[in-house]
Amino acid sequence: MLNHYETVFILTPVLSDVQMKEAVEKFKAILTENGATITNEENWGLRKLAYPIQKKSTGFYSLLQFDAEPSVIATLETQFRRDERVLRFLSFRLDKYAFEYAEKRKNVKSKEVKEN
Amino acid sequence: MAANNGDIRYLTPPSVDVKKKKYCRFKKSGIRYIDYKDPEFLKKFLNEQGKILPRRLTGTSLKFQRKVAQAVKRARHIALLPYVTDMMK
Repeated sequence: MLNHYETVFILTPVLSDVQMKEAVEKFKAILTENGATITNEENWGLRKLAYPIQKKSTGFYSLLQFDAEPSVIATLETQFRRDERVLRFLSFRLDKYAFEYAEKRKNVKSKEVKEN
Repeated sequence: MAANNGDIRYLTPPSVDVKKKKYCRFKKSGIRYIDYKDPEFLKKFLNEQGKILPRRLTGTSLKFQRKVAQAVKRARHIALLPYVTDMMK
């Protein structure tokens, strides 16, 4: 059974832009290898954290939305835990209202990109 | 003054503090999903210390209070909102 999922993770600010993109690509690759299809990705860039995590006060935020089997989440989260570049992660299943919202957000965003 | 007084003569003094009925803003505006990614919006449901305000103050319905709580907790986990703070507003 396929579910819609969303995951946000924070990468350490010590990475360069290239390294940061590389790390994001790594997690995208893990997802696709496990048979997930990525529906949306967002990069919020370097943001200030509301409280320090591992003595760092900023971090690179990334968001991924994907459709996958429930078992994929476990593998993804073990990878997050193993990777020391990841400060924090959060993944959860989108319910129908959240999915509606996510679709709307995606459409708004793609329109903005087109207009620019 | 005399003419004015004639206009505002009440048998019983009107109650000064008319209670405004609280309402659930989500039900009223038809929001069905509360986004944890928008900390500015979630701050409306927090006090200065970053604690979640009770339903009796915000007027949120039980269904949406649970969703607010969920969203705030997610936002705290990914450091969009602080767990403990002071003078947030």
